[in-house]
Amino acid sequence: MELTGAQIVVKSLEDEGVETIFGLPGGTVIPLYDALYDSSIQHVLVRHEQAAAHAADGFSRVGDGVGVCVATSGPGATNLVTGIATAYRDSSPMVAITGQVATDSIGTDAFQEAHMLGISLPVVKHSMQARRADDIPRLIRDAFFIASTGRPGPVVLDLPTNVQKAFGEYRRPVDSGKNGAPSEYPGYCAIREDLTRLDEAAKLIRGAERPVLIAGNGINLSRAFEPLRVFAEGLEMPVAASLLGKGAIRNDHPNFIGMMGMHGGAAANRAITAADLIVAVGARFSDRSIGKSEEFARSARVIHIDIDDAEIHKNVGADVWLIGDAGKVLNTLAEAASGHDSLSRRAWMEKILTMREPAVRDASDAMRPRRILDALDEVTKGEVIVTTEVGQHQMWAAQFHKTLHPRRFVTSGGLGTMGFGIPAAMGAHFARPDLPVVCVAGDGSAMMNIQELDTYARYDMPIKVLLFDNACLGMVRQWQQIFYNERYSNTLFARRPDFVKIAEGMGVTAFSVESPQKIKSAIERAVETPGPVLVHFPIPQSENVFPMVPAGEALSNMIL
Amino acid sequence: MKCTFSVLTQNAPGVLMRVSSLFYRRNHNIESLSVSQTDTVGVSRFTIMIDADEWAHDQVEKQLAKLVEVISVENLTHRGSFIQRCFSLIKVRATMETRPHIFQIADVFRCRVVDMGSDALTLEITGNEGKIRACVEALQAYGIIEMAGSGSVALGRSENVPGYLEQESQATYSHMVRA
Repeated sequence: MELTGAQIVVKSLEDEGVETIFGLPGGTVIPLYDALYDSSIQHVLVRHEQAAAHAADGFSRVGDGVGVCVATSGPGATNLVTGIATAYRDSSPMVAITGQVATDSIGTDAFQEAHMLGISLPVVKHSMQARRADDIPRLIRDAFFIASTGRPGPVVLDLPTNVQKAFGEYRRPVDSGKNGAPSEYPGYCAIREDLTRLDEAAKLIRGAERPVLIAGNGINLSRAFEPLRVFAEGLEMPVAASLLGKGAIRNDHPNFIGMMGMHGGAAANRAITAADLIVAVGARFSDRSIGKSEEFARSARVIHIDIDDAEIHKNVGADVWLIGDAGKVLNTLAEAASGHDSLSRRAWMEKILTMREPAVRDASDAMRPRRILDALDEVTKGEVIVTTEVGQHQMWAAQFHKTLHPRRFVTSGGLGTMGFGIPAAMGAHFARPDLPVVCVAGDGSAMMNIQELDTYARYDMPIKVLLFDNACLGMVRQWQQIFYNERYSNTLFARRPDFVKIAEGMGVTAFSVESPQKIKSAIERAVETPGPVLVHFPIPQSENVFPMVPAGEALSNMIL
Repeated sequence: MKCTFSVLTQNAPGVLMRVSSLFYRRNHNIESLSVSQTDTVGVSRFTIMIDADEWAHDQVEKQLAKLVEVISVENLTHRGSFIQRCFSLIKVRATMETRPHIFQIADVFRCRVVDMGSDALTLEITGNEGKIRACVEALQAYGIIEMAGSGSVALGRSENVPGYLEQESQATYSHMVRA
């Protein structure tokens, strides 16, 4: 069948099962948008390309498909870069389609030409450029396969405008490579597996008296929730989570001891410090999770399980490592490691319960972040997808919101991208329209992609934004207070924008909550109001995130 | 510690950039890099030398292997037994008086004379880094006008056949090359 390159792109996306894409048109993708005009694919028109990338990322993190974003060449493409890098750092699958100037104009500094393949190179899993319309079906098949297999990541597909206009043959590609790979990438290994040290790992687990399992994002990516739960319950192991591992196990599960790391809970950080065995699954030992690496779990042996063997010994040396899909490895290991001493494990669990930070008695009459997050859990009963921006509110959400289901806490961990949460919520909504979506935002981050409130309104997305407004860049302000002698350089905003008016101006219902007594009713009202809602919570500027491990220090060195 | 990698890749546009930028991004300095096509259509071989601690060797090997278009990575230094050669062209000042001495040095280092002018000679030398360095030192007294050198190229010695050859001894990769 003779089609234009643009029609072939759309047909190929349909073949991949794509139903929703996020983007914004421009000169070099007009042919593609013309083809989309006849397609059943829903294109969500955003207000800024960065938001399209975050939305596609959020879509992937919550749903089962691969998120797709589209931008035109030049500035459109470069605007995607932050979103692509965000997805890359959190191993989120994504296909980013960028327009490009015509092939015979490439290299001539043509209007809106940018070397997207070069610019995006360090932040993609792979990238490709279509040179002929006939190649497109194969390239798109490859892009989706590479993005979603192994350790997932973003793939950029650059589409010169003349290739979109050229006619080509549409043939559905036949998967010809090994391991179900669509093409012959003789070196690409979708699933690496190395379980040669299984017995060693099993022996360490059986003999451990004070083990801690660390659940990372790999559990979410591999959908290894059941294997993790069975492993933790069967072997009576306490489970700590990294920020992106949040939700890998129900946060009210008796074996869950909290988030680890810079703003982790005291129980998790102290248990890790005192442990004699760490079993890290799909976690990459980021500096924010482990503190000073030389001091990390010094009395523990380390078993590291990951699908990416480059993570082994990268940040923390492993005594034993297993390479493979988290769920499969956990299942195999659970069987091999049975026969532990139940008595000592229970005593260890009891001990961890005593390590928790003392409960703070909060008699003040302030709009405290925890009250807002507790109220959120109360009102939604935890049946909610939470996305966050980046900063203090993100850490409060990670600490206090109880995630009850996997893949429902969506946050930018590795790159820490302010401006992520509001657009990511759009992706979350389209991936799971059956679930309520709440974006926990701070005033600093919210202003970075606030224009997407308009997109919320145009598509009537029932997303509820809880805006924690402390009129400052709170996390930096906190560091300045503690480590820089309260010299608040460029963190305090001289005036507050009127967030209610901004939201209303974009067609989003909005109201401000002036008293802490009204927090719960405000969230109830937001949830009950159809369509998008922004709830503005002015919070005290002096609120800090604790516990806190100062950067570069040991996890045991917490400011409580 | 110096370490030499031999990397087979698909011969695709941009693969040089993907490989070299990985070192830059991961904060390792490339000491020497050379690329050429191999006897197999569609496959290129990179020989890359870095000077870094052993932790980095392991990391580089694994990070390279993750690149989609990389077919195989071999750490030749780790393997122990390999042949390594560099190639250089050296243009050295040569008067009638010094010419015999330079010929003598060329002979010692098994250089070939590839160009001869009235006041200069150009020598071609092949060998490992140490030999080339020694030759350059010997010629320096006469005045080196300019010099160009290749990166080092290397192959493992033939007693142990690397894995990818065992698996796909007769394979051609021509089918991987897409227009």
